[in-house]
Amino acid sequence: MASTTAPKPKPPLSPTREAWRRFRKHRLAVVGLIVLALLVLAIIAGPTLWPVAIDDIDFAAQLKPPSWAHPFGTDDLGQDLLSRLIHGGRISLAVGLSAMAVSASVGITIGAIAGMARGWVDTALMWVTDLFLSLPQLPLLLLIIYLFREKLKALLGAEGGVFVLIVIVIGGLRWMPVARLVRAQFLSLREKEFVEAARALGASKFRLVVNHILPNALGPVIVAGTIDVAAAIIAESTLSFLGLGFPPDIPTWGRVLFDAKDYLDIAPTWALFPGAAIFLAVLSINFVGDGLRDALDPRRVH
Amino acid sequence: MTPHHLLDIRGLKTWFKTDDGMVRAVDGVSLHIDRGETLAVVGESGCGKTVTARSVLRLIDMPPGRFEAGQIMWEGRDLIPLTNAEMDEIRAREISMVFQEPMTSLNPVYTVGEQIAESLRTHEHLSRKAALEGAVDMLRLVQIGNAERRINDYPHQFSGGQRQRVMIALALACKPKLLIADEPTTALDVTIQAQILELLEDMKQRLGMAIMLITHAMGVVAENAQRVAVMYAGQVVEEASVEDLFADPRHPYTQGLIRSIPRVDAGRAPGDARTRLAQIPGSVPSLLHPPTGCRFAERCAHTTEACRAAPPPLRSVAPNHNVACIL
Repeated sequence: MASTTAPKPKPPLSPTREAWRRFRKHRLAVVGLIVLALLVLAIIAGPTLWPVAIDDIDFAAQLKPPSWAHPFGTDDLGQDLLSRLIHGGRISLAVGLSAMAVSASVGITIGAIAGMARGWVDTALMWVTDLFLSLPQLPLLLLIIYLFREKLKALLGAEGGVFVLIVIVIGGLRWMPVARLVRAQFLSLREKEFVEAARALGASKFRLVVNHILPNALGPVIVAGTIDVAAAIIAESTLSFLGLGFPPDIPTWGRVLFDAKDYLDIAPTWALFPGAAIFLAVLSINFVGDGLRDALDPRRVH
Repeated sequence: MTPHHLLDIRGLKTWFKTDDGMVRAVDGVSLHIDRGETLAVVGESGCGKTVTARSVLRLIDMPPGRFEAGQIMWEGRDLIPLTNAEMDEIRAREISMVFQEPMTSLNPVYTVGEQIAESLRTHEHLSRKAALEGAVDMLRLVQIGNAERRINDYPHQFSGGQRQRVMIALALACKPKLLIADEPTTALDVTIQAQILELLEDMKQRLGMAIMLITHAMGVVAENAQRVAVMYAGQVVEEASVEDLFADPRHPYTQGLIRSIPRVDAGRAPGDARTRLAQIPGSVPSLLHPPTGCRFAERCAHTTEACRAAPPPLRSVAPNHNVACIL
């Protein structure tokens, strides 16, 4: 068999590049990625570019519409909203990412165990998953936060305690779709011949799961993960909006929105900007997730 | 000759528990392979060839499968009671396997170089660099052109025949003493089939390993094996050297298999312009409730009362030629 000497060297198409090529075809996903990148950039570089303190109270400038001094206007205490939203974005996105990390790790672990073990272990774990899915999430969220907020505050401080609590609660209530996804992937992948071949070549069970099955199952999980980030941001905003999230001196996007609700008729811009921030972040993350789904779909044609 | 056969399967029974009852997929198989020889295991689909092969590497899921009886002696040591960790030491380094489907037997998310190197690093404890060099050597050995560059390619960038070559490279990377090839050419084009079989033979010569070649094609057997075990309904019905088997097939099933090989010269004699290819009537009996007597009795032209009464034992009809038929 002669070596295949192609006339021109063909570009190496690693799965990553192949996925990137497909991702680029999804125009909204690219737009989403750009918007998201701008948001992240603003959050990271914002405080240096706009060095106004978030708690700089100025009663002479209460409830002002956007102006050169305050591009996003001010709140009822005359605090600069742009600055507050930049800080709030850090917390909102951090909550979103951390909650996603929690839900993804719990979901992957449970799904992988269920998919590998099968039998009664699988059945039991899927019962637990169904149980969690059938829980009314918002009331449960409120209840847990009522019960544990003060204790964790005492333990980790106001900001840290609420952060940990919210991340764990949101993450802990969103792992079920990931677990089901991973389990389904494992059930089908474990029967694939390459897994059997790896086993025939002496790969231990742990190695089989971590090196051979998991990387093949990850595509859909990444997609579910991006959607989880968006959902966690919304959940955090909901909690803050209900006054159960972060305390007022920590301006997350949801919290700012909550504070603005009483002044909707006097200062509508106060509510508009945090709302827009949440809207943009969630929408762009969802579009990126859509693009990733197309790019990483295992049924893709080579 | 060394006291032990390389692999000596004795009375192996691998059964599967299903909702309908016990499926006796392998029901008392005995066969052996010596160093450096090729044993072909032939038989139609569902006769237990693959289950036998997978039993040797302990790749049977348990449950539902279980070893009901028998021993799998590897160089004089029974593999059945070994722990999984001990078995992982045997796999790849001592016994390795090539599968039927080259399109799906390689992990799609790693380059072929990474896959071969992984095996070398796990079993031979080579450094990353040495393992990658080893991977290049292996790809060269299985005649993949431009091996240095192609180790960076992913499985989907290879054709079916090339993938099977890569699979062989992967299976042979740790220089096993026995390669189990489970229908390695069934999914490939005829021309590629011949190349792959040639490659296996070449590898066998170079590495001095034994091959257990599982196939349903008698043509493949004649070309590539020294000895043959014919399986039917979970049992070995005839075992002989290739020459003896083709010259003097004793079991009616073997005779049927040989008659069903298409021949270019058949039917071309003047007068019989159309000779139909011989076939064996009927199909393999259910392994849920195998017949009490000879399992081939329902399809055999020579069945007697005695055939149906008791299973025929494997008896010697010539030196190194055993057959399970009372006729």
